[in-house]
Amino acid sequence: MATVLNQKAGNLGSILTRHREEILAQWLREMSGTTRRSDLMNEAEVKGQCARFLDLLIQATAAGGSNSDSNSYDPMRSMLEEISRSRALQGFTPSETATFVFSIKRPLFTAIREELSDGGEVAQEMWTATELLDNLGLYTAEVYLKSREEIIRRQQEEMLELSTPVVKLWEGILALPLIGTLDSARTQVVMESLLESIVKTNSRVAIIDITGVPTVDTVVAQHLLKTVTAARLMGADCIISGVRPQIAQTIVHLGINLLDVTTKATLSDAFALAAKRAGLKFIREQKQRKDKQNNLEEVE
Amino acid sequence: MDKIPILSMGEFLLVTIQVDMHDRLAMTLQDDLTSRISETGARGVLIDISSLEIVDSFIGRMLGNIAAMSRVLDAETVVVGMRPAVAITLVELGMSLAGVKTALNVDAGMELLQTSLGSDEEMNGSYV
Repeated sequence: MATVLNQKAGNLGSILTRHREEILAQWLREMSGTTRRSDLMNEAEVKGQCARFLDLLIQATAAGGSNSDSNSYDPMRSMLEEISRSRALQGFTPSETATFVFSIKRPLFTAIREELSDGGEVAQEMWTATELLDNLGLYTAEVYLKSREEIIRRQQEEMLELSTPVVKLWEGILALPLIGTLDSARTQVVMESLLESIVKTNSRVAIIDITGVPTVDTVVAQHLLKTVTAARLMGADCIISGVRPQIAQTIVHLGINLLDVTTKATLSDAFALAAKRAGLKFIREQKQRKDKQNNLEEVE
Repeated sequence: MDKIPILSMGEFLLVTIQVDMHDRLAMTLQDDLTSRISETGARGVLIDISSLEIVDSFIGRMLGNIAAMSRVLDAETVVVGMRPAVAITLVELGMSLAGVKTALNVDAGMELLQTSLGSDEEMNGSYV
């Protein structure tokens, strides 16, 4: 069996070696017609990848036959990994990525038909090649999906970090602008970072701004109340700001009790209240400046 | 048996919990504190729990009870310096300690007591 396999692969390998240039040229034509995305990759890059693929295929079939699980296909696999990973990043679709491998079939089959005269042999050779290329194509698609998942996971982590900035507005006044939907995992992070910041900055007032929260349902409201209660337990007051009309309606319709929580329409209103509680007063300086100008003029 | 010290500061009592609370200790504190309040006629109690790292529902309830008892004995109670982790745990346990005053640290708690007592006296004064 092994010898038969090797012989077949030997055929495939020799056909590939002899018709390398033709296959390469036809393959490139094939791709430029259907799947090559000239907006994402230039021609030279694609040509380089195709040539490398062919060379590695020749090497692999020469050493390990047509069994794509064998060690001789390792360099081939790592090259496919690299290609599909870079294409996932560039924004190719999975089928476009896998078609990179599948589109070699037509030129390869043409070469096989030219090389072999016997119909049975041609069919046999084509079957071997199809099986091999299907495996490689599927592997490419698999790696593509894996790298996509990696990207998604990384972005999720980044979003979680980005989404909870606690900013200090004034001595003793913190603000937490929330953007996006709140779920349990995020609320946990939000709550922890807010409470940590309260301790660190010794703040007595924290403003939670929910202008960027698209919808408030019972779960989100529950999370907000928990955060407010936890802050109160530590000795800090919470003000919720940025409640939009629709959200106010939903909250009342859902029967959520926000009576114990101070709510304000905008962040600036909330800040004004916080400043008042902290005993701060803001005075416009305009008049004094005018006086100064007058003084200067007099001096001149 | 170890005890939690209760320090008298003017008309306030200061309780600093430096060790991990267990149930017996909390019960003893409850007894000691109530008797000290009635002995000294203190107007306010500060409970500093900034070193407390672990709470359970029992300790949470004890804090609420102590505050309620002190109020009956005419002393305001302020719990100060609760750690974030402790606050989150209590909230998750469903204990919001409604009716217990809180402050970030002993300074803020002292200030809170003084202002609330001050406004009490003003009110009393206006009645006279």
